[in-house]
Amino acid sequence: MIVDDSKLARMVVKNILAKTRAEWQIVEAAGAQEALDLLKTEAVDIALIDFNMPDHDGLWLASELRAANTDMPIAILSANAQDAILARARELDVGFVEKPLSEEALTAFLSGAALKLRRAAK
Amino acid sequence: MSSDRDSGEFLLNEMERDALTEVINIGVSRAAKNLSRMVKDQVHLSVPRTEIMSRDQAVGWLSRRENSSLVAVGQDFRGSFSGQALLIFPEKTSLELVRSILDDTLSLDEIVDLEQEALAEIGNVVLNGCLVVMANMLKQALNMSLPRVMRGSSQVVLLGTDRNDPGEMVLFLTIGFAMRSRSINGYIALLMDLPSLTAIKALIREYLKGFEEI
Repeated sequence: MIVDDSKLARMVVKNILAKTRAEWQIVEAAGAQEALDLLKTEAVDIALIDFNMPDHDGLWLASELRAANTDMPIAILSANAQDAILARARELDVGFVEKPLSEEALTAFLSGAALKLRRAAK
Repeated sequence: MSSDRDSGEFLLNEMERDALTEVINIGVSRAAKNLSRMVKDQVHLSVPRTEIMSRDQAVGWLSRRENSSLVAVGQDFRGSFSGQALLIFPEKTSLELVRSILDDTLSLDEIVDLEQEALAEIGNVVLNGCLVVMANMLKQALNMSLPRVMRGSSQVVLLGTDRNDPGEMVLFLTIGFAMRSRSINGYIALLMDLPSLTAIKALIREYLKGFEEI
């Protein structure tokens, strides 16, 4: 699941996923509430979330997702890599991938996430 | 202001406006990280807003939000698109901001002495951080002027001394920032004239080509 209020930002993530994880199904939300609504009908394995969004920020959504699922791989995607934000992400056991996104950085997170999901499925 | 909005939509379609806002958002977020390291405090950012309006309307927008005297650090940028980047905050918080980056042992007199220089440095770090990301993402070289510190009303800060036409339509982008533990708040603003907006529209189209809808 990709959550970002910017359509461009969602396209950038989809572009990398299409190249590296073409078999994955992608769902998108333009905000935190939309993401929570989406979860009522979709089973989501991995969440990639923007930080700076209207209404609720990405860490708020990450904490909601973490409360509902302790194992889901979640990453915040943002250029706002302030120490306090990184520390809050760590507390929630949430990854952080800096924007502008590089294929390498996102792939590193996704590889770890895929491994975690495979282990959990065993 | 509906006519202004119409002209904005005419110049930038929804996807182009989204892309421009996202590029600037990434730049400002990177700048917030730099500012946060300097002031040793978390910097909160608002969601960016972009509008096409006259310089006069931009002055009105700012004075409705901040009616006290302001301090601003401004940097001009020139390249295939040109404009002005500003870091704006209420004058009463200026010394607190300067104090936050300087050594705690300095006296008030010493802080006042260093104020101008420290403000220029803060502006330089924040605005350069933002503009460099924008230039790199759009693959353009931008020349940036040295930072200058301005004091006065929103008119002084946004119109400069006399060289800017108040009726000229500009792209006015603002992001609010706050450092809550120090009660410091302010804005990062970007002003670009319409010929620059036409240039940036072409660059954004080029940039978007790399991310065609999947």
